[in-house]
Amino acid sequence: MKSLAASIPAAIFLCATAAFSQNFTANVEPILHRKCFGCHGPAQQMSGLRLDDRAAAFKGGYSGAVIVPGSSASSKLIERVSSAKDGFRMPPIGAKLTEPEVAALRAWIDAGAEWPESAQPPKPLAASPLRRKPWSFAPLKRPDIPATTATVRNPIDAFVLARLEAAKITPSSEAAKPTLFRRLSLDLTGLPPTPAELAAYLDDSNPNAYERAVDRLLASPRYGERWARHWLDLARYADSDGHEKDLPRPWAWRWRHWVIDALNVDMPFDRFTTAQLAGDLLPNATAEDRAATGFHRNTLRNREGGVKLEQTFFEETLDRANTVGTVWLGLTVGCAQCHDHKYDPISQKDYYSLYAFFDNIDEEYIDAPLPGEAGPQQSKRDEYLGKRQALLDEYGVTRLMPPWEEKVRWAAKNAGKLTDWDITYDVIFQMSDGGHKFIWIDRDKRTWRERQILEDYFIEWYHFVVPKDEWKQLRFKELQKKLRALYESYPQISQAQVISENPQPHATNLRIRGDFSRLGIEVPATGLASLPPMRTNGNRTTRLDLARWLTSPEHPLTARVAVNRMWQEFFGRGLVRTSEDFGFQGEAPTHPELLDWLASDFIDGGWRVKRMHKQIVMSATYRQQSAARPELADRDPDNSLVARQNRLRLPAEAIRDSALRVSGLLTEQIGGRSVYPPQPKGVMELTYAWDTDRWKESTGPDKYRRGLYTFFQRTAPYPQMVNFDAPESNVSVSRRSRSNTPLQALNLLNDPVFHEAAEAFAARITQPERVAKLPRLTQTAPPTETMRVTQPAQPTQPAPITQPARPTQPAPITQPSRDREGAVPNPEPALIYAFTLATSRPPDRSELEILTRALNKTSWLGVARALLNSDEFLTRE
Amino acid sequence: MNELQYLAIHNRRRFLSQVAGGIGAAALGDLLHADAPLVQQPHFSAKAKHVIYMFMEGGPSQYELFDPKPGLQPYHGKPLPESMTKDLKLAFIKPSAAVMASKFEFHRRGRCGMELSELIPEIGKCADDITLIRSMHTDAFNHHPGQLLLFTGSIQFGRPSMGAWATYGLGSESKNLPGFVVLTSGRGTSGGSSNFGSGFMPSHYQGAVFRNSGDPILYLSNPPGVSPEFQRDTLDTVGALNAHRLETTGDREIASRIAAYELAFRMQTAGPDLTDFSNEPKAIREMYGVDSEDKDLRQFATNCLLARRLIERGVRFVLMMDASWDHHSELNKQLPIRCRKIDQPTAALVKDLKQRGLLDETLLVWGGEFGRTPLVEMRRPNDTDNAGRDHHPNAFSMWAAGGGLRAGYTHGKTDDLCLNITENPVHVHDLQATLLNRLGFDHTKLTYRHMGRDFRLTDVEGHVVKKLVA
Repeated sequence: MKSLAASIPAAIFLCATAAFSQNFTANVEPILHRKCFGCHGPAQQMSGLRLDDRAAAFKGGYSGAVIVPGSSASSKLIERVSSAKDGFRMPPIGAKLTEPEVAALRAWIDAGAEWPESAQPPKPLAASPLRRKPWSFAPLKRPDIPATTATVRNPIDAFVLARLEAAKITPSSEAAKPTLFRRLSLDLTGLPPTPAELAAYLDDSNPNAYERAVDRLLASPRYGERWARHWLDLARYADSDGHEKDLPRPWAWRWRHWVIDALNVDMPFDRFTTAQLAGDLLPNATAEDRAATGFHRNTLRNREGGVKLEQTFFEETLDRANTVGTVWLGLTVGCAQCHDHKYDPISQKDYYSLYAFFDNIDEEYIDAPLPGEAGPQQSKRDEYLGKRQALLDEYGVTRLMPPWEEKVRWAAKNAGKLTDWDITYDVIFQMSDGGHKFIWIDRDKRTWRERQILEDYFIEWYHFVVPKDEWKQLRFKELQKKLRALYESYPQISQAQVISENPQPHATNLRIRGDFSRLGIEVPATGLASLPPMRTNGNRTTRLDLARWLTSPEHPLTARVAVNRMWQEFFGRGLVRTSEDFGFQGEAPTHPELLDWLASDFIDGGWRVKRMHKQIVMSATYRQQSAARPELADRDPDNSLVARQNRLRLPAEAIRDSALRVSGLLTEQIGGRSVYPPQPKGVMELTYAWDTDRWKESTGPDKYRRGLYTFFQRTAPYPQMVNFDAPESNVSVSRRSRSNTPLQALNLLNDPVFHEAAEAFAARITQPERVAKLPRLTQTAPPTETMRVTQPAQPTQPAPITQPARPTQPAPITQPSRDREGAVPNPEPALIYAFTLATSRPPDRSELEILTRALNKTSWLGVARALLNSDEFLTRE
Repeated sequence: MNELQYLAIHNRRRFLSQVAGGIGAAALGDLLHADAPLVQQPHFSAKAKHVIYMFMEGGPSQYELFDPKPGLQPYHGKPLPESMTKDLKLAFIKPSAAVMASKFEFHRRGRCGMELSELIPEIGKCADDITLIRSMHTDAFNHHPGQLLLFTGSIQFGRPSMGAWATYGLGSESKNLPGFVVLTSGRGTSGGSSNFGSGFMPSHYQGAVFRNSGDPILYLSNPPGVSPEFQRDTLDTVGALNAHRLETTGDREIASRIAAYELAFRMQTAGPDLTDFSNEPKAIREMYGVDSEDKDLRQFATNCLLARRLIERGVRFVLMMDASWDHHSELNKQLPIRCRKIDQPTAALVKDLKQRGLLDETLLVWGGEFGRTPLVEMRRPNDTDNAGRDHHPNAFSMWAAGGGLRAGYTHGKTDDLCLNITENPVHVHDLQATLLNRLGFDHTKLTYRHMGRDFRLTDVEGHVVKKLVA
C-alpha cells in the first residue's frame, strides 16, 4: 500500500490538503490497512463497513457513520478501537491498537479527516459470500426434455430415466394396483381408501382407470384437509399463543378454514401467496382475503408479565421475516438478523429490508362469517350490545371505568410512581389484544369491539388496584359469567385474526447485532439485493409488492421451492433434500433439470397446484414399487436416483385418521373450530397453569374428527402428535422427521383412542353383510410395462387369494365361536376383509395363517389390534 | 421376578423363535441391534454418566438462600442511586424501587464453611459435597426466554434441549427405559415442552414425561380388558406380520419397528417396577420423605427417589422441574414454604447418591433460569407483607454436586448488593459447556447438522469453567 501511495503523482493533490493527505497516507491509512481492512476492506465488509474506499468509509456501516470529521469524540471508529470492553473493542481478535495508533487516528479526525479524493481507486471487491450466488439464484429456464430409449408416461419420467440410464440402473416396475391406490389415496387425501373407493378403482376396466381415480381423489374435500396440514406446518399454525401464558386463540381456526377451502378450489399458488401475505391490501379486499392474512397471526405471542411491547413486536416481526424466508425463498434468512449471512448472499441490510415489510402491521379481529352466519348475528347485534351495556351498568363498570382509565393513562406517563398502576398499564398490552392502543382513543370514538376489549380487561384486572374487600363486593366474577352466557345466547359469527397496515408507517432501522434496542441505519422495504429487483411504481413498497415480487415469473426461488416440497410429499424426500434451505449450506438438487422443468411448468401452467400434483402422480416414476433394491444398496443407498418409490411411515395425523377410517368411526366434517379429542388427564397440567380446565373433551362426532382439527396447545401439544413427530409449531417447518420409538408403540397399543378404534374395527369386520361387499381384489392387474426396460428381479407381490364365498353363518361381534379344538370355523372371509381394510390388499397365505392363529388364540379384537399396529398399516408403501 | 417380568422374558424367546424362521440371518441381526440408536463418540473420558437437573422454575432468590448481602441493610427501604441501576433490565418494577434487605440468617456449613441460608438446613448439611456458584448470569429477564436459553442455548425456538443433547451424545444405558426422563412437581412451567423437547432432532431424543400419579409414562398400562397375555399375543401377531413384511419389502425400518415394540413391552414391565417403592428400606423412605403427610413434600420426595432409581437403571438425563419459585410477592412467607417442600428430599438425594457410590458418576445441578433483584416489588403498596423481588439476570446463584466437580467450593463473587458479578462470571452457556464436559464432550464439537448449519447446545458461545472441574 505504501508503495502504491508513493507512486501517485504529487501534482494532483491540492496544496492546501497536501499536509493532511500526507498525514492520511503516511499516518492513518497504514493503521487502517494493518488493523481494519481484513474485515472492512475489499474482501469483506463486516457490518456493512468498508474502510479502504473513501466514499464507503465516510458513509459508514449498518450502525451509521463511523467517522465524524472534526470530532473524534463522537466518531464510532475511535469509540470502538479505544474501548476497554472485550468483544466491543475493535479489532475483536489480534493485537489491539497501540496508544500512538489511536492518537494518530484521533488527530486525523479532529483535524477534519481529510482523505485525498483521488487516491488510488479502491481494489475491486473480492468474491465474498454476499456476492457469490448459490445454484438456486440462477434464472429459471425451462430445460429440454431428455431423450430416452424408453417410452415414458410423462416428462418427469424422461428426466428420471435419463439419470438412471446414465447410471445403468433400471427403474422398478409399477406397484400392484391395490398398493398403488392406497398410496395415491394417502398422498392426496391423507386417508386410506374405503372399500367402496377401492372397489371403484379395481373394478374400473377403462384404460384410464388410474387417471380417473386421481381425478376423483383430487376433487375430494379430503384433499384440501391433507394438503392444508402440510401448509399448517410451514405456517407454524397453533390454537394458542405459545410462551408462558399460552392463551387459547379462539379464532385461529378461521385461517385454517380458509386454507382448506383455497386448496380444495385449487386457488393458484400465486394468488394463495398474495392473499396470505397481503390480502388486506388487495383492491376491494373481501373478508376472505383478509382472513387469509391470518397466516402471519400464527406467530407466537409472549404475554408473560414484564415483557416489553417493543421487544415483543420486534420478535414477532423477526419471526414473520424468517417464515417468509423458509416458506417462499427456501433460505435461512434469520442468520442475518445479527450479522451478514455467513454463507448465502444475504446481508444484514437485506434481512431488515425483508423485515421492514412487516414492521408496520397492526393486528385486529374482523367478522369473517361462514355461510349462513352473517344475517342472524348482525340483525341481533344491537340488541345484544344493549343487553351487555345494561349488565355493565348494573355491576358498576360504567361508573368505575372512566376514573380507572384516567389513572391508567396517568400511570403510563408517570412510570415508577405506583407499582400497581404501572403493572395495570403494562398488562393491558400483554393480556388484551390492542387495549394499549384503544385506551388512548376517546371513549365515544371507540368501536364496539374496541370498547368490549377494554371493558373485558377492566373487569378481569380491576382487582389489582382496589382493596380485597371492595373487590369482593363488586362480584365481577359473577358478571363475567353473565356476560359469557349472554354472548352465547345470541347467534354467533365467526371472527378472523388478521393483519392490516398501519396508516401512519414509521421507518425501519437495522438492529445492531440483532438487538432490538440498538438502532442502525434506516432501511427500505425491498427484496434481497442478489435476487431480481422488486418492481414498484415509485410509491412506498408494501406487502403487496413483496407478494408480487415473490410470484413474478423471474423470481428464481418461489416456484423451485414450492415444487420441491410437492416432490418431497410424494416421494418422502425433495429433489433438494433440504427443502428449507436452497442456499450454500443446503444440499444440491439430485435432478436439477427436473426441478427446473417442474418449476417452469408450474409457472407456465398458471401456478395450479392440483395440476402439478396430477403431473407427479401420473408419472411412472411415482407409480413404481417401493420395495428395497438390495442390488442398489451400495450404489444408491438413499434412493436419490428414484429407482423405486419409498416406503414412508405416515404422519401423526394420518395415523389417527387411518385408524378412525378403517374402524368406521371417522367424522368426515370439513373445516370449522378445533376439537378436543380425549387425551390423558394431566397433559395440560404440564403447562403454566393459567387455566387448568382448558381441555373440554369433545363428545359426539367431534370426538372423531381428523387430526388436523385437534386443538393445538403449543406448550402441551396433543401427545399422539408429539409421539409421531408433528412439529412443535413454534417455527416454520418444511419437512418432518420420521422417528420410530417405543413411545409410539405404547401410544398405538394402549391409548384409549386407538383402543376404541380397535374395538370398533373388530365389530366392523365381523358384520357379514360388509364382508360380502369386498372389492374384487382377484382382478389385480399385473404390473404394466410402460417403462419398457428390462425389469430386475423384484420381490414378488404375494399371490392374491381367491375370495371365498360369503360366510354361511353370521360371525359374532368380537368373541369368536370355537370348535372343540378352539379353532374358529370359517373365519377366512372376515380375516381377509379385515386385512384388506387395514392395508387395501388381500393377505397372502402366511399372513392369513398369522391372523388365523391370532384369532384362535385371542379374539377378533386381537386381530383388530394387531392390524392397527402392523407396520404396513402405519406405512404408505 | 414377578409374573410380568417372567412373561416378558419367556415370550421374547418364543417371539424370536417364531419370527426367526421367516427372516434372514442378517435381518435378524439388525432386529436385535435396532434398539440402540446412533450415539456419538465421546471426545474424552467422562467423569459423569448421568445428569439429574433439578430445575427450580421461576428464579429462586439468591439473597435469601445462597449469597448473603449485609450490604443491602443500609439501603433498606430506600431507592438506589441511579448510577447503580442504569444497566438493570427489569420485568415488572422500575429501577427507582426501594431496596429490600433479607431477613433470613446465613450460617457457615460443613468443613468447607460454605455460607448457606437457614431456609435450607438439610442442604446445608451437604455443603462439603456441594459446588456453589454465586456468579451465574444470563441474557434474558423473562421466564420463557430465560428457560429457552438455559435449556436450549438460544432464545430462538426450535433447538434441542440439554437432555436431548445428552442422549444424542451418549444414548441410554437402559434397555427398557427412555434415555431422557422428565419429572414435574408444583404447577406447570413457563417453558413447557421446549425445556425438554428435541427441537430439530428426531423425537427419539425428547424427554419422556413421567407422571407422579397413575401411569409413570403415558399409555404405559394396557387398556381396560387387555390382560398381559393378550398384550403379549398382540405383540407376537404384530411381530409376525412385521417380520413377514420385512422379508417382502426389505425395508430395514420394519426391523426398527419390531425392536421398538419389544422395548415398549419391556417398558410396560419396567415402569411399574420403577415406581414400586415397597422394596425401599424404611430408613430410605423416611430420609426422602416419600410417606410425608405434606402432599407437596411427598410429591417432590417421590420425584427425588424416582430420580435415583432412574439413574440406577441407566437413564442418562433426569430433568426435575419444580414450580414455582417466582416470588414477586409474599417472598418472606412463600419462599420458606417452598424451601420446606424441597430441602429434606433434595439433601436425601445427595446423601443417598453418595452412600451408593453414585455421586461421582452423577452430576446433580440445582437452580433456576435467573435470580431476583435487590429491589422490592410491591404489587399492593398498602400491604407490606406483599413484598417480593423481581427477575434479575445479571447475577444469581446455582449449585451442583457430584460429577467430579470441586466439592465444598464456592465459585465467583458478586458486589455488595449482588447487582453485578465481581469475580469469575459463569454464563448459562458456560454451565452448558461444563455439563457437556462432565459427560465427556467438547461442547464445540458435539454438533447436529440442521438447515445447513452445525448446531451446538452452546450456540456460538460458552467456555468450560476450569475452576469448577476438580
